[in-house]
Amino acid sequence: MDAGFMRGIFTIVMLVLFLAVCFWAWGSKRKKCFDEAARMPLESDFSSEKDVQSNG
Amino acid sequence: MEKSNTYNDVVVRQFCIMTVVWGIVGMLVGVIIAAQLLWPALNFDIPWLTYSRLRPLHTNAVIFAFGGSALIGASYYVVQRTCHVRLYMDRLASFTFWGWQLVIVLAAITLPLGYTQGKEYAELVWPIDILLTIVWVAYAVVYFGTLFTRRVSHIYVANWFFAAFIITIAILHIVNSLAIPVTLGLSYPIYAGVVDAMVQWWYGHNAVGFFLTAGFLGMMYYFVPKQAGRPVFSYRLSVVHFWSLIAIYMWAGPHHLHYTTLPDWAQSLGMVFSLILLAPSWGGMINGMMTLSGAWHKLRTDPILKFLIVSLSFYGMSTFEGPMMSIKTVNALSHYTDWTIGHVHSGALGWVAMVSIGTMYALIPKVFGREAMYSIKWIDLHFWIATIGVVLYIAAMWIAGVMQGLMWRAVNSDGTLTYTFMESLEATYPYYAVRLLGGVLFFSGMLIMACNVYMTVRSGEKKAVQPVIEPA
Repeated sequence: MDAGFMRGIFTIVMLVLFLAVCFWAWGSKRKKCFDEAARMPLESDFSSEKDVQSNG
Repeated sequence: MEKSNTYNDVVVRQFCIMTVVWGIVGMLVGVIIAAQLLWPALNFDIPWLTYSRLRPLHTNAVIFAFGGSALIGASYYVVQRTCHVRLYMDRLASFTFWGWQLVIVLAAITLPLGYTQGKEYAELVWPIDILLTIVWVAYAVVYFGTLFTRRVSHIYVANWFFAAFIITIAILHIVNSLAIPVTLGLSYPIYAGVVDAMVQWWYGHNAVGFFLTAGFLGMMYYFVPKQAGRPVFSYRLSVVHFWSLIAIYMWAGPHHLHYTTLPDWAQSLGMVFSLILLAPSWGGMINGMMTLSGAWHKLRTDPILKFLIVSLSFYGMSTFEGPMMSIKTVNALSHYTDWTIGHVHSGALGWVAMVSIGTMYALIPKVFGREAMYSIKWIDLHFWIATIGVVLYIAAMWIAGVMQGLMWRAVNSDGTLTYTFMESLEATYPYYAVRLLGGVLFFSGMLIMACNVYMTVRSGEKKAVQPVIEPA
């Protein structure tokens, strides 16, 4: 096995990992958890409640 | 109220104040060396004031003192709020503050005296390197200790970015600083020749990628949604662009060594990875900007939001420019010219400084128990002065850089050079003047900020100590 072959394998592994992360992130199971997580900065102190309401 | 039921905002307050102080110091040194390029006599023939010694002082002060204080302070604030828990180990947190300040003071003493390892952005001599390592490990213990004691199961995306920043900077700093000490102020790197250069730029570019990008993206992912009052635009995108960004940045360093003795394949590898980097970089920019969707009207009235969103615009611009400059044929023109300086400052002033300033304006009233900053009008004034300053700065350096590149490569029909180096330097003078003006404007914005921060801290009603919020 030469270095070129190993680089090819490495490229494929990285590509598969990237696709796996994408599939994982877009999986329907994660949707609820992610929607909640996206609001975390807004729920982390008192003043934010007011901010969110005034934003309508 | 029990101490464990409150946030540790003391250390956040300390870092916030020092962010403003070191910002002023670092940018003042920048203004001085910009003036020296225009009027070389300004070093007054004093060795400590020569450009070669003040330049590393400027870069260390703005990156590590100003940027570092902003990052550590903001990360301590964000990790407590998003983990619903008090910071881990108060005393160690306090040690990270005083240790970090000590490193900065030692840097400010040794660099003008001429003590340097000669590695860009890693100039500090080995005893200070060791101190820095200890402080950084303490920072990691405080940060990850807080993360591990969190009271919610999900780790918010901002914390992923801060975590990547802390781990990677530790590895980069240690690997690049490995050296054999000879005396207190002298050491030799364990690497030789082109390997030394490659390690240096693996360090250098990842300092850009993890200190100046990942860390500040962590800041962005908390303070942009917070200030806009909107949830993150796409949490999925934040996951994908996080993993892509940290996987790809690692390999982009060789673009600093195009057309050197570094093997050609390594140069091409660096170029290809730099080009791919555009995608995850713009993922972050788009996610930050689109978080404002539905709240665009707030940009009209909220100068803090203006700082944050304009910083994202500059982030998008410089992460487009960077990959373009990493293309070997473009680099053949741009390298060693002032175009590079323009690119760096579009990132450093436009992105890093503006996102930090916006964050500080949002953070300082909160940790000092005030409703808002003393004067919103002053923030708006600061915003416009800073923006005009950056634009003047980078436009001047772009024009100067392209002009220098073209003059240096111009040849006559008999193969001799058309211009001497001196001629290109003379042609650059007007642009050095415009750059100095831009720098002075940006610096004066920091003075306005200092006044505003002083008045905010001194005046106004103090709100009660905030208890740790129960997880939802």
